[in-house]
Amino acid sequence: MSVYQNNEINEEETSRTLSLVVDNQPGTLARVIGLFSGRGYNIESLNVTEIDNTRNLSRISLVTRGTSMTIEQIKSQLLRIVPVHIVRDLTLEGPFIRSELALVKLIIKGANRVEALRVAETFRARTLDVTLSSFVFELTGKPSKIDAFIELMRSLGDTEISRTGVSAISRGNKSETKLLEQIELN
Amino acid sequence: MAIDKTITGAEAVITALVENGVEVIFGYPGGAVLPLYDAIFDNKKIKHILVRHEQAAVHAAEGYARSTGKVGCVLVTSGPGATNAITGLTDALMDSIPVICLSGQVPTHLIGTDAFQEADTTGISRPCTKHNYLVKDADNLCDIIHESFYIASTGRPGPVLIDLPKDVQLTKIKYNKKRNRIKNKSSNNNPKINMKIITKVVDLLVNAQKPIIYAGGGVINAGPKTSTLLTELVDLLNSPVTLTLMGLGSVSNDNKNFLGMLGMHGTYEANLAMHNCDVMLNVGARFDDRVTGRLNAFAPNSKKIHIDIDKSSINKVVSVDFGIVGDCKEVLTILVQEIKKLHNQKILKSKTDWWTQIKEWKKKDSLGFKQIGKNIKPQQAIKSLYNKTKSFDTFITTEVGQHQMWAAQYFGFSKPNHWMTSGGLGTMGYGLPSSVGVQIAHPDSLVIDISGEASFLMNMQELSTIVQYNLPVKIFILNNQWMGMVRQWQELNHGSRYSESYTESLPDFVLLAKSFGIKGLRVEEIDKLDSTIDEMLNTNGPVIADIRVEKEENCFPMIPSGAAHNEMILGAEDKPKDTSDAGLALV
Ligand SMILES: Cc1ncc(C[n+]2csc(CCOP(=O)(O)OP(=O)(O)O)c2C)c(N)n1
Ligand SMILES: [Mg+2]
Repeated sequence: MSVYQNNEINEEETSRTLSLVVDNQPGTLARVIGLFSGRGYNIESLNVTEIDNTRNLSRISLVTRGTSMTIEQIKSQLLRIVPVHIVRDLTLEGPFIRSELALVKLIIKGANRVEALRVAETFRARTLDVTLSSFVFELTGKPSKIDAFIELMRSLGDTEISRTGVSAISRGNKSETKLLEQIELN
Repeated sequence: MAIDKTITGAEAVITALVENGVEVIFGYPGGAVLPLYDAIFDNKKIKHILVRHEQAAVHAAEGYARSTGKVGCVLVTSGPGATNAITGLTDALMDSIPVICLSGQVPTHLIGTDAFQEADTTGISRPCTKHNYLVKDADNLCDIIHESFYIASTGRPGPVLIDLPKDVQLTKIKYNKKRNRIKNKSSNNNPKINMKIITKVVDLLVNAQKPIIYAGGGVINAGPKTSTLLTELVDLLNSPVTLTLMGLGSVSNDNKNFLGMLGMHGTYEANLAMHNCDVMLNVGARFDDRVTGRLNAFAPNSKKIHIDIDKSSINKVVSVDFGIVGDCKEVLTILVQEIKKLHNQKILKSKTDWWTQIKEWKKKDSLGFKQIGKNIKPQQAIKSLYNKTKSFDTFITTEVGQHQMWAAQYFGFSKPNHWMTSGGLGTMGYGLPSSVGVQIAHPDSLVIDISGEASFLMNMQELSTIVQYNLPVKIFILNNQWMGMVRQWQELNHGSRYSESYTESLPDFVLLAKSFGIKGLRVEEIDKLDSTIDEMLNTNGPVIADIRVEKEENCFPMIPSGAAHNEMILGAEDKPKDTSDAGLALV
């Protein structure tokens, strides 16, 4: 923050998962990311895809970190962006699911190949590609589970990792439809 | 049935501007906007003002917008035209001024090829606009123009840029009129006011022993009626009121409850009332660092209420007890209504002790200065200017520096929309082009740019615009031959090591005026100050008045950087303690 001493008590930073509904148009993602870099906020994970092609809407799942004052700032700053329609704070709303997909390539020969498959099985990873000297595994789940899997794989050989970042949704029958319907069609 | 595509994109743009009430557009032509200029060529409804630099086009539009409450409009070419406009757009964003900027772009099929005069204008302007568009499909053109006016002028106003590739300007399309409802987050622009909070706030306000109302640019943006409401609230509560730089004029300077401007160069009484208040009502201001001083010592024993149309302004730098998200006019209407109800029951606390205390602070006469000797004190120059122009409908614009602060301190503003200054960005070179926009909007009013000699040099090409349109702008230069504000900080914070803050090789301003065919005046001695001002005011056309003032005068009172409201210094004799390390790092 600024060099002015902050007037709030040193509150601890926590991780928050936000779920945004935005117009799927060029520039929207740049505005969201620009907000974070321009104002010095953190992005720990970001994931974007279209979710409604009649309304032309995308969902951005975003994990950030900060004190509650900073998080409130982030949320209201996000809402100032014209093509951002909905900002939900899943961490605050209640129980929610965070899930991520990882593709892990392991370069490996010899005896440890069996060990690699055993680990993959324990984690319920799918084997998508096999050669005599490599595997590609696909794993979904909580980021911490994926972290653990990757760590084990690294100890077995040379790895190459591709992760989607967290995708998140609230638990239970809470529905977003009403909110979405308020967004007029383009 | 075939849709009749009857007009070009460029013609549609101009038609849409007219439909949105645009009468004036400030611009500068170039290759990528030739179709637009062709459409303007014989248009009778829009007057195009040819500026001499695109930055000036935006400042002129800002001056126009701020003095009329309308949206200001700008037209620039691609590449350098658009990049020149960036400072102006950032200025408008920081001060929440509604501006639409149309920029030309290379044809769509050349975008991304580093074509001649191509720039990623939407990319560059993204962080300095409220919103921007690149129009790739001419059929969306009309809707985008209509929407951009809505975005620029509702909620917290701001600049919107529309990038228009040349082929889009040439495509034949069908004109779409403005629809009734514009697709947007209307809920966000017109938030519902929370009545439960209002009740609590009213209770707090009527029971306050030591209240202060601190109002800012949001009051101006919410329209002139808001100033009347604010004044009514001040009277009802018999509360002292102070204004930010951007809020000047929203309460008349002669209101008995007005304590003057607050903040870094605010009055002693305003800052001490802020420091010692028990209830603070912030109306449309944003706790800017020029206003708060050191945050951990800011109004330490107060309950704070903040009214702002922009939710992100609330709890951004100062945590408040009550945040009301809403338009200042609407919130003030409700507050006044509710307080009036209670007022009839005479439960208002008398604030005799508080006012006695404030009167003590006032005795310090923090804006006092001594005009002795022959040299003109800059403060006196502004005071005399004010006295001689009181009876006119005067609009003041300023540049940035000491002269700007002296103008804020010594000129009296009795109405909103008559004071145009670059507050948030602090853009030297704002005042002259801004005065162009103001004078275009108010051809019969007195428009004065209170300027510093260094700032004046930043956009003085606009003299040519002033002459072309015969705008009787009065340019009142407080010429101290220094970048005075920089010199002052170097004196206070850097041991008087005046690094690069002296303006060598200044022009002879009288001859400069002459070369443009306008009147130039110079005054060096106090006895001639009044007659020089008279001559300036009695001249029909534009004037440059070179007011040679005391060169090393400092701007006081002052809250040194990193200090708190109650640590302000009143003058040079009031030896400040050394600026703290944290303070040295502040801008
Ligand atoms: C575009 C720009 N560049 C630099 C600055 C930093 N700055 C603030 S005040 C100032 C000096 C202004 O000098 P002058 O216009 O002569 O006004 P004075 O302070 O002497 O009244 C400077 C350089 C600025 N505000 N804007
Ligand atoms: Mg100067």
